[in-house]
Amino acid sequence: MSRAATPRAESATAQKLRVEDLHKSFSGRPVLDGVNLSVAAGESLVIVGPSGTGKSVLLKHLIGLIRPDSGRVFVDGQDLWTLDGVERIAVRKKFGMAFQEGALFDSMNVFDNVAFPLRRSGRSPSQVRARVEECLELVRLPDVATKRPSELSGGMRRRVGFARAIAHKPEILLFDEPNTGLDPIMTDVIAGVILEIRKQMQPTVVTITHHMPSALKIGDRLALLFGGHILYDASPEEFMRTDDPAVRQFVEGRAEGPLTVEA
Amino acid sequence: MIRRFLEWIGRGVLRLLEDLGRFFQMLASTVVWTPRPPYDVAEVLRQMVRVGVNSIPLVMLTTLFTGMVLALQTYNGFARFNAQSLVGAVVSLSLMRELAPVLCALMVTGRVGSAMAAEIGSMRVTEQIDALEALATEPVHYLVVPRVIAATVMMPLLVVLGDVVGMYGGYFVAVQLLGSNPITYYDSSFQYVDLNDFTTGLIKAAVFGLIFSVVACMKGYYTEGGAEGVGRSTTQAVVAASLSILLADFFLTRLLF
Repeated sequence: MSRAATPRAESATAQKLRVEDLHKSFSGRPVLDGVNLSVAAGESLVIVGPSGTGKSVLLKHLIGLIRPDSGRVFVDGQDLWTLDGVERIAVRKKFGMAFQEGALFDSMNVFDNVAFPLRRSGRSPSQVRARVEECLELVRLPDVATKRPSELSGGMRRRVGFARAIAHKPEILLFDEPNTGLDPIMTDVIAGVILEIRKQMQPTVVTITHHMPSALKIGDRLALLFGGHILYDASPEEFMRTDDPAVRQFVEGRAEGPLTVEA
Repeated sequence: MIRRFLEWIGRGVLRLLEDLGRFFQMLASTVVWTPRPPYDVAEVLRQMVRVGVNSIPLVMLTTLFTGMVLALQTYNGFARFNAQSLVGAVVSLSLMRELAPVLCALMVTGRVGSAMAAEIGSMRVTEQIDALEALATEPVHYLVVPRVIAATVMMPLLVVLGDVVGMYGGYFVAVQLLGSNPITYYDSSFQYVDLNDFTTGLIKAAVFGLIFSVVACMKGYYTEGGAEGVGRSTTQAVVAASLSILLADFFLTRLLF
C-alpha cells in the first residue's frame, strides 16, 4: 500500500492525528472496537471515560507503541504502520508523551531524565542545560534537578515527566492520566501546567483523564470512550449541555446508566 | 487425567518454543542495532564494570576452590597407580577447557544475569521502556546492546583470570599440602597444554556471555504483571540461562575439540 494513495490525503494536512476504524484485542478480549478520531493541529482533545475502557491503549496507539490488530493511525497524513522501524522512530520525534506515574528513569536524577531526549539528539551541554532549566521552570519545579525520582512526590514525578516530554519541543503532546491519584490542589496545578505548556508551545495535545473539571479546563474538545468506541465527541460546552444519557451519567458520576463498569 | 497431563506437556512445549523464538528475535535485533549510532560508550563501560570488574572476587573464589578440589581429587586417584606427576596436567587442562568457562559463566549468570533481568523487568512494568520508545529511542539499542557487548567481552577476560587463579589453587594443594615436587608439577601443568586449549576456553566464555546476557535481557524485556512478574522473570532468566549454558557447552565442545 503506497502512502500517496491514502484517501483524503489533502485534508490530512490540517489533521495532525487521525485514527481510522481501530481495533485491538488483548487475549481475545476486544478493548478498542472500531475507534475513529481526528485531532487538528494545535487543538487540545481530552478523551474521557471510566477506568478500564482502553483510554491508555488508544493513546499508545497514537504514538505507535502498540500495533493495532486492524485500522490505521495517521500522523501528519503518514500511516504509522506502513513505515519501517527507523522511519517510525523519526515520526515519534514529533511526539512527547507523559506517562501515568511519570515513568521516569530511576537510574538517573531529574536533570538527566529531562536531558535524555536532548542528549540523544546530540545537543551541546550548554544547550542541554539551558533547555532543561527552562522546562523545569515551566512545570514549576526549578529546584529538583539533582534529586532522584524516588525522592519526589507523585505530583512532582508527573511534572518532571511533563518536562521530559516537552524538552525536545515536540509538535504533539500526549498526557496519560496526568492527575489520577493526586490531591485536588495538585490536580489543579497539573491542569494549570498543561495550560501553560499549551500557551507557550502551541502543540497539538491529547489528554486522557476521568477528572471532569480538568477535562473542561484543558480541552477544546471532549470525547467519551466506552465499550471500545467513541460514544460522543463535542466541544466542552456541548458536552455539558447534551442530553445524551451516557455523557450525562459520566458527567454526573452515577453508577446507573448505559455505562456499565465491572464492579 | 491423561488429557490434563497432555495439556500440561503441550503448554510447556509452547512456552519453550515461544522463549526460543524470543531469544533469537532478541539476538537478531541486538546484532542489527549494535553498529548503529549513537554509540553509548559510557554505558558500555559502565556495564563492563558491572559484569566484569565487580565479578572479579566471585570468579577468583570460584576458580581457586575448583582448582584446589581438582588437585585434591586427582592426586588421591592418581596416587593409586603412581601417576601423581600428571596432576598438574589434569588440573590445567580441565580448568582451561571446561571448568573455568562453565563455572564462571554460571556464577556470573547468577550474579549479573539476575540483576539484568530484574532491572529491565522493573523498567517494563513501570512503563520506563514505553517511555524510551516514546522518546524515539529503541529499547534494544539503549538497554540490551551495551549489556550484551559488556558480557561478551568481559567473560573471556574473567576466564583468563579464572584459569590463572585455579591453576594456582591446584599448585598450592599439590605442592604445599600434599608435598608434590614443585618443578614436576609446574612442568606437567604446561607440558600437555597447547594454545588451542586456552583459546577454545575463551571462545566458550564469550559465547556463554552472549547467551546469558541475551536470555536475561529477553526475560526482563517481556516481563508482565508487576512486582511478582519481575520476580518470575528473574528466576526464569537464571534457570533458562544456566541450562542454555550447559547445553551450549556440550555442542561447543563437540564443535571445537
